[in-house]
Amino acid sequence: MDRRSFLKTTAATATLAGLGLPAWASDDPLKIGFIYVGPVGDMGWSYQHDVGRRAIEEALGDKVQTTFIENVPEGPDAERALTQLALEGNQLIFATSFGFMDATVNVASKFPNVKFEHATGYKRAENLGTYDARFYEGRAIQGTIAGRMTKTNKIGYIGSFPIPEVIQGINAAYIHAKKVNPDVEIKVVWAYTWFDPAKEADAAAALIAEGCDFVLQHTDSTAPQAKAQEAGNVYTFGQASDMEAFKPSPRVASTIDNWAPYYIERAQAMLDGTWSSDATWGGIGTGMVEIGEITEAVPAEVKAEAEKMIEMISAGEYHPFTGPLNKQDGTAWLAEGETPEDGALAGMDFFVEGISAEMPK
Amino acid sequence: MIGGIDIVTLIAALMAASTPVLLAATGELVAEKSGVLNLGVEGMMILGAVAGFATAVTTGSPVLGFLGGAVAGALLASLFAVLTQLLLSNQTATGLALTLFGLGLSALFGKGFEGIRPPPTTKLDFGPLSEIPVLGPILFHHDWMVYLSLVLVAATWAFLKYARAGLILRAVGENHDAAHALGYRVIAVRFAALAFGGALAGLGGAYLSLVRVPQWTEGMTAGAGWIALAIVVFASWKPERVLVGAYLFGGITALQLQLQAAGYAIPVHLLSMAPYVITVLVLVILSATHRHGAPAAPAALGRSFHASS
Repeated sequence: MDRRSFLKTTAATATLAGLGLPAWASDDPLKIGFIYVGPVGDMGWSYQHDVGRRAIEEALGDKVQTTFIENVPEGPDAERALTQLALEGNQLIFATSFGFMDATVNVASKFPNVKFEHATGYKRAENLGTYDARFYEGRAIQGTIAGRMTKTNKIGYIGSFPIPEVIQGINAAYIHAKKVNPDVEIKVVWAYTWFDPAKEADAAAALIAEGCDFVLQHTDSTAPQAKAQEAGNVYTFGQASDMEAFKPSPRVASTIDNWAPYYIERAQAMLDGTWSSDATWGGIGTGMVEIGEITEAVPAEVKAEAEKMIEMISAGEYHPFTGPLNKQDGTAWLAEGETPEDGALAGMDFFVEGISAEMPK
Repeated sequence: MIGGIDIVTLIAALMAASTPVLLAATGELVAEKSGVLNLGVEGMMILGAVAGFATAVTTGSPVLGFLGGAVAGALLASLFAVLTQLLLSNQTATGLALTLFGLGLSALFGKGFEGIRPPPTTKLDFGPLSEIPVLGPILFHHDWMVYLSLVLVAATWAFLKYARAGLILRAVGENHDAAHALGYRVIAVRFAALAFGGALAGLGGAYLSLVRVPQWTEGMTAGAGWIALAIVVFASWKPERVLVGAYLFGGITALQLQLQAAGYAIPVHLLSMAPYVITVLVLVILSATHRHGAPAAPAALGRSFHASS
């Protein structure tokens, strides 16, 4: 076969594949694959993505068939898992952790007919979209509650990796705690893992030993909650999932990642043939970020204040990053009343003024 | 307080943090002293973690939970013993398989136990002793498993050094043909040593799920079994050094988190690396000193025994 006829055949096959897809989709179910960074049973981040996966099956029934691979390490293994899902005939694949970014980009370029969706990333392609939730909106609520309730004026924060998504959370929590309690300080411990219950527990214990009576976490397991409960008089917030097992205390509220509506919408778009690569960044307003029940451990007036803020963020009347705000080194970031562009926010790599912890290099 | 780090809290924290690997490493040391290399520590630990958790939750008794964890670890180790001692399979490959098997099996058994809280393990009440400044919080503020782990290390040390059975175990590990010629039952000794090693690994796993975290999540050992294996080598097969090694490894983890909490910008990766660098250094020093004395590793370590050969 000479090159010209090869090209023709390839082009023809590609066209046929493109045309043939809707017909094919009506007979066979649409196959959708997921990879998770932790186990489904982490009761946090990966669990919540799996809730979304099951919601697709519930909503679309026989028209879809979903599979998932859990405990996929961020690194070369992710590429293998994604390739496997693509080879198994999955037409839409969700990669649900920041560290899967480059692997997803690579695999997406190898399978141009398969659509990919990467959570919390910023690299896109024709067949690779991204989606993310404005977790920092939930952190603003948490910061407000923590700032009002803390007795030691020390708030602990377990960070996973120093990436924008996590840094936004630390800044938002600090800004809002500081706003209601000028004496508050925030202590940050980096765990350098998304999921390691023993390490997360140790990190929580170190923060509690340091005098923190609120422990916020950006890691996926419920270990810090268990540690706080053991210590007593230490409060936490459900992270990614409601973590309702720790109600009413230590868990006094939660930020729930509600991926289900988005997942169903994207699966439906595949069925309709209207899927296109885009960047979605949902928040409290769109329902992608939900605030779980604020328990009776929170004083009524603080609860009312938090609910007011939820309402204002939801209505778009308040942005958690509203100037005047300075960067940690004292340089100006946002002027009075100014709010950041989404692009600038998505690349946040600095702490705001007042946080004493140093950013790891 | 030294530079913002509360030494008393640090030591108390590192003792609790090190207990799982201390138990697992002590068990592995006994197994290796009998001449068997069991790389399945991670698998036995995690199975112990889920079995211990399930038992404690079902019965409401942490004591029974720890017992359940130990039994589960010992059972998995017995499987390894059957494969490597009776069927003479390759110890390295079987050990690795045991880890994968344990991780999978524990995930399967643990499905119904996620998001549940275990019954609390009681802290021993030493009365006025725990009020002593500095020493009180360090020595008299732990749950009973921490003390049991220390007792087990001491007992292992004494057993290997002074007990006749301990000498037989070491003889089997040094030269199984000679031990066999003397009439000792090599396979039986190794079975017992492996089961003990499995029980301790299971106990370590149960400590993780019942006290240190405390909850069950899949994959929660997160490599602790491999650290236990490294500690045995670090300790050059001596129980007292296992204690030092486990507290050093646990101490560095606790220290790096506490340094961060105290607001130090420290190179976390360098600190996390330190125990392994030290292990390599110890190995180099050991092999350098071997020229003047007996090697530290049991001579028959990893070699299969069959009476006919």
